[in-house]
Amino acid sequence: MKDLISNINKVFESRVRLGIMSVLMVNETYDFNSLKETLDLTDGNLASHLKALEEKGMIKVNKQFIGRKPNTSYSATETGFTEFRQHLKALENLINEQ
Amino acid sequence: MKSDTKSIEDIKAIRKIMEESSRFLSLSGLSGIFAGVTAIAGALVAYFFILDNGSIHYDEYFRNLSAEETFSLRLQLIAVAAAVLVLSVLFSLWFSIKKAQRDGKNLWTPVSKRLLINLLIPLCTGGVFIIALLLQNNIQLIVPCFLIFYGLALVNAGKFTFGEIFYLGILEIITGLVSAFVPGWGMIFWIFGFGILHIIYGLAMYRKYEA
Repeated sequence: MKDLISNINKVFESRVRLGIMSVLMVNETYDFNSLKETLDLTDGNLASHLKALEEKGMIKVNKQFIGRKPNTSYSATETGFTEFRQHLKALENLINEQ
Repeated sequence: MKSDTKSIEDIKAIRKIMEESSRFLSLSGLSGIFAGVTAIAGALVAYFFILDNGSIHYDEYFRNLSAEETFSLRLQLIAVAAAVLVLSVLFSLWFSIKKAQRDGKNLWTPVSKRLLINLLIPLCTGGVFIIALLLQNNIQLIVPCFLIFYGLALVNAGKFTFGEIFYLGILEIITGLVSAFVPGWGMIFWIFGFGILHIIYGLAMYRKYEA
């Protein structure tokens, strides 16, 4: 049993973070506003989870200007990809086991 | 047991988000049906009004006409094709807006932008190439080119919307390639490729995802 949950990653425990990672697994980059709409979140909520994922090295932030508007987009890092895949695997194992 | 149902729900949510964020799902089957009907109507208009009930054939006589003599004919045919295109695009946009509204989704997303770019590159290439064919009075290859480039555009865009679009694209490409080897039957291939295939596809999609 310990083996099974050892791969469950605490960083991805929240629904919001699962959502963010899911989007970034299948899209090379995604900007802040589109993430907000896709996941139906408030600015503050999304921003704090993005920050946490960034600090853990799961995602990287690209800031740029489109015209005069700042545009922040996100993408998954190599670590983010591997860890999230492991997390998914662990979730699936957990289900299959019972 | 409690963590078990949570994991199942998590995985369901993950799948849904992955699907929705990477594929444009507001495309309606009605667009396909309408595009097909418009294409057939366009072909009938061309046949009865421009080609004089089909009495104008692309035959030996026609091939020997100079570019000036066939100019107005080419212009009229291209006008009909353009009208079909504009109507189809406008209506598919309208149906997509309706479907997005009904599902409470945004139409302009990173995916729909990617879909559009991937659709437009082969489509515009084909459009310019067809203009070149027209200017050189190379009428025979126009319908095959329409079908082939449109098919390539769909295959390219298939990654960003319903997977069925990919197969529709393959069928359009095959229709186009066959028509390139069968000169003089452009109208029939046009009706089959843009008319019948679209209607079948639209009906199937509508029944599968919307009805």
